[in-house]
Amino acid sequence: MQLYATELMGSEAYDDQGNFVGRVREFFIEPADQPNRVSHFLLSRGRFQPLLARHDQVAAIAPGTIRLNCSERALALYRPNEAWLAVRKDLLDQQIIDTKGRKVVRVNDVDLAEQRTNGNVELRLTQVDVGLPGAVRRLLQGVISPGVVRKLQSKLPQRTIRWEFVNLVEPDPLRRLKLRITHEKLEDLHPADLAEIMEDLSAAERQGIIASLDEETAAAVLAELDERLTTQIVEKMDPERAADILEEMAPDAAADLLAELPKETSEELLEEMPGREADEVRELLSFGESTAGGMMNPEFVFVGESSTRDEVLQWMRSQDLNLDQLDTVVLLDKSAQFSGTVPVARLLLAAAEQSLAELKTEPLLSVPSDADETDVFELFDKYNLRTLTVVDQENRPMGTITVDDVVSRLVKK
Amino acid sequence: MNWESVSARVEGLRTRGTDLQMRVRSLRRRLTLLLAVVGPGLITSNVDNDAGGISTYAQAGAQYGYALLWSLIPMTIALYVTEEMCARMGVITGKGLSDLIREEFGFRPTFFVMVTGFFVDLANVVAEFAGVAAAMQIFGVSKYIAVPIAAIVVWALVLRGTYRQVEVIFFAACGFYLAYVLSAVLAKPNWLEAAKHTFIPNLSFDSGYLVMLTGLIGTTIAPWQFFYLQAGFVEKRVGPRQYPQARADVLIGSVSCMVIVFFIIVCTAATLYVSGNRNITDAGQAAQALIPLAGKWAGLLFAFGLLNASLFAASILPLSTAHVICEGLGFEAGIDHKFREAPIFYWLYTILIAVGAGIVLLPNAPLWKILIFSQVGNGIWLPVVVIFILLLVNRRELMGEYVNSLMFNIVAWATAIAMIVLTLVLSYTAIFHSGSPAAP
Repeated sequence: MQLYATELMGSEAYDDQGNFVGRVREFFIEPADQPNRVSHFLLSRGRFQPLLARHDQVAAIAPGTIRLNCSERALALYRPNEAWLAVRKDLLDQQIIDTKGRKVVRVNDVDLAEQRTNGNVELRLTQVDVGLPGAVRRLLQGVISPGVVRKLQSKLPQRTIRWEFVNLVEPDPLRRLKLRITHEKLEDLHPADLAEIMEDLSAAERQGIIASLDEETAAAVLAELDERLTTQIVEKMDPERAADILEEMAPDAAADLLAELPKETSEELLEEMPGREADEVRELLSFGESTAGGMMNPEFVFVGESSTRDEVLQWMRSQDLNLDQLDTVVLLDKSAQFSGTVPVARLLLAAAEQSLAELKTEPLLSVPSDADETDVFELFDKYNLRTLTVVDQENRPMGTITVDDVVSRLVKK
Repeated sequence: MNWESVSARVEGLRTRGTDLQMRVRSLRRRLTLLLAVVGPGLITSNVDNDAGGISTYAQAGAQYGYALLWSLIPMTIALYVTEEMCARMGVITGKGLSDLIREEFGFRPTFFVMVTGFFVDLANVVAEFAGVAAAMQIFGVSKYIAVPIAAIVVWALVLRGTYRQVEVIFFAACGFYLAYVLSAVLAKPNWLEAAKHTFIPNLSFDSGYLVMLTGLIGTTIAPWQFFYLQAGFVEKRVGPRQYPQARADVLIGSVSCMVIVFFIIVCTAATLYVSGNRNITDAGQAAQALIPLAGKWAGLLFAFGLLNASLFAASILPLSTAHVICEGLGFEAGIDHKFREAPIFYWLYTILIAVGAGIVLLPNAPLWKILIFSQVGNGIWLPVVVIFILLLVNRRELMGEYVNSLMFNIVAWATAIAMIVLTLVLSYTAIFHSGSPAAP
């Protein structure tokens, strides 16, 4: 039978002789042992110290009554344990992450299922209720008869999340370890989804999640987060770890982030970063925010225009390039000046010995690094660009602006 | 051609930025950071001066002249102390007030607070639309035209506008309160007398005087504003580092709110009280009565201020209420969701506006009773909310080192108890002496 935590709270517990022992006030789960089994029942006895019934001391469970298979003397006295998850205190009314629905929800009730094992009954946590039925039970349980509550809530639309898709949020790192809360399931989400989830949480909870993600995921999530939150998170982080995460970010995203921080903090983080990455970021920081230089990513692929298609492909294979973002190759002439761009798709279809100069896209477009961002928007709009090269006064390429940079700027406006 | 050697050359040739540019940039950023925090405190306190508030202030001035002005300074302190606690909770925990009540006190208390909140706020919304009707009457526009238009404008403004546009409009609304300053100047008050009464308390134990005093305090601190204020800071992502700016925002808000109250009281004191025209029942009447005494412009400005305040509060109240209820009970909320994603939120929002405006349009609407209900409702709801706030702000596991200090707790509890006693007295008089002029 389907059982609900709300229904079972306050149930009377009787020992094997049928003597009243106490009322159930809390369920504990011991994640280190089994992730979904109720391992202990807290039985309160008014002014006496509460007792604990272990899962193998329970003979039968029904709403309102719990029967034990041992005498009262066999029960242990209750002592708080940080490694136990308390259903009422840690789950009910708290926010959790629904990893399947990719959002933050609040728990109204917890659904339990009974499972008979040799001689006793165990409770398994099956799903959490985040919809109206749970709310109705919470509101009316104990006020009107349980039968009526059951009938009433069964007519309402269900909204539940299976326990395996539930990710708890616990800001305290030690407790997180004890409760075996990992964020592996979160790492599988798209960084943009995870960022949106984090925006719904409190500051401490956000910090907890970022702390337990791997650096690559953390970098991707920070790049997607609201910049006001990003700065708060980075400021509270250990500088060494923050620098490691910044290193994983694209230089333009890292520069945007650092620019929001107080000068001392950003300098400290730059010191922690490896020289080359730090220099790239410093250079980007020197451009005005609303100029082409402030928008560009200094990591781009550039080759000499006289190279052949095969030469280039071979070289690209040997490099560790970020292929998801790569759609254009920038060409340089003999004096290292900008000479054009080649979309990767053209490269794909060209003949092996064809020189890249012949594959150039017309018209030849580039912007100076001090160009205003509105000029950049207009160029993207007019020529339907996906990538635009930024050049210095001597027409040497310095970086590229991609269409996603333009979109995120326009959205912010 | 060897492109690897070219790449090395290009890297060497990249321009380096100067330190000066960086410094200029960081200064500008710091300024934007400050501006990014300001808002919730200023807007919340000003929305406090809504239709019901203005009516009470106008009455206070008309009936007792400058005699009640001294109460503004303690009221500023009370307003600041209570609002500051909510601002602090929002900034430190990053959670709204209804979220915190739910997490710390469970489902039933939250449900009670939310349901009470819905009806009390609904009564307040009615009061705001009644304010719109009264103000537009001064301009010669029938309420059957003014109120539906106002309702649609308010509804669309919030649903169709972006957060930033809406905030700019709200800032402008804060500015329009200056209409009362002009109106007061046109009334040619005795400034010396006004200043004297502001700083020297003038206690009287006349029962009408005490009722008026209670009314002043009761309408100035409304329970729903705490939810809105805290949500505002959470929404703006204000973190612990910007806590000093947030506190400054709350202080500016509380003071500017009281400055406007000062001018409203001065305005009616200098005209209605002096001329003996002391029995007015609402702000609309006050504006009407001003015209022969202080000139057409003083009256029109007064009415304009009322219209602005009513529209302002009518825009914020339904939105804030729908938000708070959905958040506390765990439904999707917020205007960045589509109707399909957050139906309960949009329905609550729409019902609050439609019913609020609809009641004002009923030909024989019992407006008088609804206004009293809104005041009594505020009075009953306020103690509950303030006690929740005080309990929450003192929880160390929630607030860490930011719990109230002993001194602050003494001031805050004293304020809370005084407010509770006063609002209970107000509710009592509103129910049993509804003929008295204290009830708007």
